[in-house]
Amino acid sequence: MKPEKLIVDGRRLDGRGPNDLRKIKIEAGVLHRADGSCYLEWGGNKVFAAVYGPREAVPRHTQNPLRAIVKARYNMAAFSVEDRKRPGPDRRSVEISKVISEALERVILTEQFPRASVDVCIEVLDAEAGTRCAGLTAAAVALVDAGIPMRDIPVACAAGKIDGQVVVDLGKEEDNYGQADLPIAIAPRTGEVLLMQMDGHLTVEEFNKAFDMAVESCGKVSEIQKKAILQRYHAVDEVIE
Amino acid sequence: MEQKMRRVVIPSQCLGDAGPFKAGRGTFTEAGKIYSEHLGILNQEGDVLQVIPLKGRYNPIPGDFVIGIVLEAMQSSWLIDINAPYPAVLHVNEAPWEVEFGDTARYLNTGDSVLAKVLSVDESKKLQVTLNDRNLYKIKGGNILEVDPSIVPRIIGKKGSMIANIKKYSRCRIFVGQNGRIWIDGPVDGIDLVLLAINKIESEAISYGLTDRVEELLKQHAKDVR
Amino acid sequence: MTVIPLLKKEYVTKLGEEGKRVDGRAFDEFRQITIETNCVNKAEGSALVKIGNTQVIVGIKMDLGEPFPDTPDCGVLSTAAELIPLASPDFEAGPPQRDAIELARVVDRGVRESEVVDIHKLVITPGEKVWIVFIDIHILDYDGNLFDAASLGALAALLTTKMPILRMMESGALVKKDLEAWYNRTHIEEIREIYSHPDIDEIVAKKKKGTVKNIRLPMTEPPISCTAVKISNFVFFDPSLDEDELADARLTVATDANGDIRAMQKGLAGSFSKEEIQNVIQGALENGRKIREQLFTKIGK
Repeated sequence: MKPEKLIVDGRRLDGRGPNDLRKIKIEAGVLHRADGSCYLEWGGNKVFAAVYGPREAVPRHTQNPLRAIVKARYNMAAFSVEDRKRPGPDRRSVEISKVISEALERVILTEQFPRASVDVCIEVLDAEAGTRCAGLTAAAVALVDAGIPMRDIPVACAAGKIDGQVVVDLGKEEDNYGQADLPIAIAPRTGEVLLMQMDGHLTVEEFNKAFDMAVESCGKVSEIQKKAILQRYHAVDEVIE
Repeated sequence: MEQKMRRVVIPSQCLGDAGPFKAGRGTFTEAGKIYSEHLGILNQEGDVLQVIPLKGRYNPIPGDFVIGIVLEAMQSSWLIDINAPYPAVLHVNEAPWEVEFGDTARYLNTGDSVLAKVLSVDESKKLQVTLNDRNLYKIKGGNILEVDPSIVPRIIGKKGSMIANIKKYSRCRIFVGQNGRIWIDGPVDGIDLVLLAINKIESEAISYGLTDRVEELLKQHAKDVR
Repeated sequence: MTVIPLLKKEYVTKLGEEGKRVDGRAFDEFRQITIETNCVNKAEGSALVKIGNTQVIVGIKMDLGEPFPDTPDCGVLSTAAELIPLASPDFEAGPPQRDAIELARVVDRGVRESEVVDIHKLVITPGEKVWIVFIDIHILDYDGNLFDAASLGALAALLTTKMPILRMMESGALVKKDLEAWYNRTHIEEIREIYSHPDIDEIVAKKKKGTVKNIRLPMTEPPISCTAVKISNFVFFDPSLDEDELADARLTVATDANGDIRAMQKGLAGSFSKEEIQNVIQGALENGRKIREQLFTKIGK
């Protein structure tokens, strides 16, 4: 049921202001078997990411003789949503897997590993709006933890429009009943846009504002990512430029 | 923690300007700046900045001694897993036996372990290993464990000091492959001692003064080994 | 495909002859077990179980639907396991492989045949409307002994499951008349409390949370499953990854609080003697007792 208003007295339903992110917690190196891994909580989202590789790509015909391929697999657990989801990939998760793979491929130094694949598994255990951003952000940390050479550590966040106002990081009801959703992923060092999708309705002016706000939020999430990686090596006190 | 730490850097972290410094291994240069390309420890030698990886697959270099596991015996070669991104080929000509065509499985078969040397790495990263060198052979007995290839230099220590200590106190035969596989043979409690030492090295790999602390640990527990 | 070096088997055998295991455990000793419940908000019940480095998460979802025609007066239990590629370099994406199906069926048997969930109490209208319980097992990290981790996870999740009665009423799938019929069959007092609640219509219409009591799944005493593997002539409980991969044969035994056997599964191409089986049963009883105690402490029973 749609709430009457999504913003009351400048506050969103969960008390956030337009620029506030939900609570984010990131931990690197949480799985024993994977080459690199990450656990991330972002609001009500709970996500695991694991990286295997680089390893020889199979089946053989998928190999690229010049560079590694990046295969991300985004998957939602059957119990991660209100009404049980049938296990296995559906069209939505296949699409998300594709756009995340492409975003990650841009920052991985794939030319160092011809014929190989870097496999990224993203498992959503609890879903509450913004799982693709949470998944990509977790995957990036897992890639670093796996020692994969990269030009940048990608990071994602969404902005959107609710009750006619531009806000960042849409919550569940904002996602369901808002007017627009704009998830983006960037390479924070260079500012390159790696992933962008939009649905709903935005004026060009609103888009520009939403884009800038999403990029600013990506910067905040990026700091949390870096801290999580250093924490894993007990090196939190190191200065990050 | 009081021990002094080496400086941990992460991918895309700026390490310095490309004028005064030169970009070494594990780094890349963009618009006059040097950046780390992977998670690792920053190391400066002269004016060269390099980043020694903390994690990751073994990157094979010709001449490295490695421990391989036979994946498959083929007609005139074997496919060997050396913990690199790609399996390596061991051709019958690189083995110390007269092997007839199709008879490879009699000499080495799936699951066998070998001490081998990396022979070549070509541009498309096709790997070849050889058994034609002194002290290369099929391994029998003992146990193999795996560590991250990045900590192999720490297990060996400066001029082999760390591994010499471990061997001395544990009375074990140990071979440390550059690919992070370690073969150990000896009395059961000796092997336990080796594992204890390696665990300590793994968990404190980024701190200084490790050789002394490991030797202390070895001394403490060595009385158990007869 | 990871190939395990053959010399590891000789080494495990050599240690076995000295009465030792690679990781220093006694032959019948489990690794440390931790159980965490209610870790997934969207699930009706959930549990994260760790045995050593093995991690398994189990989530329970419930729905209403028709019973199977041959069992019109029983609720429906459905167990699925996914060996997702997150957990091991050797797990592949795609439809469930034989190993995943065997795992799901062994857990299912432990739950179903032992009647730990009282499926007769999940019937609202016989032949028409019953509760369906979905048990979904996700392997997060595979470091040996999936059977016990998955079974324990399923039990812990079921024991903490809260039935989604309000949600079903909100969607119209469940109405007051259904609750009355359900109560008359089961005499579960909490059901009557819900439909006779003076504000129930308003609660359902306005999605007020926490204003009626949660109803737990009707459960009986859970059997605990314990697995052992045989390597050469030695039998090791709670196999580590290496032991799992070197195993000639595997035996899972689920035992209940009375010390009776409730489900068994022998796997792999090796064999057991009757004596060895009796030895495994004995070990399963002893370990099962400890694990049951830990489970009950965790869920506050």
